[in-house]
Amino acid sequence: MNWKRAMIGVATAVPVIGLFAWGLTRDPNNIPSPLPGRAAPSFALSVFAPGQGALQRPVGDTVRLADLRGKVVVLNFWASWCLACRDEHALLSMLAQEYVGKNVQFMGVLYNDVPDKGRAWIAEMGGQSYPSVDDPGARVAIDYGLYGVPETFFLDVNGRVAYKHTGPVTPNVVHFKLDSLMAAGALQGALEVTKPAAKDTKPAEGR
Amino acid sequence: MTQVRGFRGAARAVIMGFALAGATALAQTPDLPAAPKSAPQDSGALRVKVQGTLTDAQKNDPKLEDKTKAVASELRCPVCQGLSIQDSPSELSQQMRTVVKEQLAAGKSEQDVKDYFISKYGEWILLEPAAHGFNLFIYALPAALILGGAGLIVLLVRRWTTTASTSASTTAGPGPDDNE
Repeated sequence: MNWKRAMIGVATAVPVIGLFAWGLTRDPNNIPSPLPGRAAPSFALSVFAPGQGALQRPVGDTVRLADLRGKVVVLNFWASWCLACRDEHALLSMLAQEYVGKNVQFMGVLYNDVPDKGRAWIAEMGGQSYPSVDDPGARVAIDYGLYGVPETFFLDVNGRVAYKHTGPVTPNVVHFKLDSLMAAGALQGALEVTKPAAKDTKPAEGR
Repeated sequence: MTQVRGFRGAARAVIMGFALAGATALAQTPDLPAAPKSAPQDSGALRVKVQGTLTDAQKNDPKLEDKTKAVASELRCPVCQGLSIQDSPSELSQQMRTVVKEQLAAGKSEQDVKDYFISKYGEWILLEPAAHGFNLFIYALPAALILGGAGLIVLLVRRWTTTASTSASTTAGPGPDDNE
């Protein structure tokens, strides 16, 4: 009988322990986004922080996603109350400058914050090389399925979401994603030049 | 009588095992790869209609309010633990409620609004997972456990009672288990 009981105990306990062990390997905060691979939600938001130098856009200017088609876009959601945003700020600002003249657009999107505080934060952090737009009512943030800040979206030249990064970005991630997306964009451009007819057969993309 | 205790112990072990397994299964949110549904019409057209479109009449419309509440209480607040956007006071939840209300006011059905949020956040956004695919397991599990438990009780009671009535006999009960 003892053997029998032991076997029953093991037979029930092992799957349960296995289930727990599997649960421990999962991060409950890491919720997969359905967006990558899909057309990026369009937006039209107005600039509240101009950026610097070559990347500057006048305050009040409206940035439309449609106008950025053909460029690789780095869309970084941030807020002045967000601590983790401080960690990545200098890096993003520097990387944006590194990619000046290449086919890349960095854009900050203010999330649940007021432009004045956003500007004060940028000043405190020593400036931001790329422009930031305001997102009143977090409409665009919700459209992008945002959970919190910082979250960074990488859009390809066709306006699709290629990758979503949760939390502060690292140089490796940005370099790797941007370089591969730019290469893909360049390849596509080359193919379209050599095979103009291919354009017609391309599946329609729902913007 | 040792044999009866033995069975009871085994039964208890099994039931505990089931209960634990059930509890863990329920605690885990099912994580489906959020199948790219026939991508609900994307934003562009929608936003044109939606941006700040509530009229005063709509803001005070009790019917619309009720519908909004119904939908909002089925959607999970992304920045809370297990709260609906209806119950959460967080800023994002309030903004999401506004989006729900505006989309309903624009004539979308409750299912359309839920589909919109699913297309953005994945099925995770639903507090109550839709009953299809792997999710059915979660719906079936409690019923299966109750039925299984009932079956087990019936089985054991029958065995115990026959054991008691024929306790003098040596053939009672299956297996050699008198070594306790």
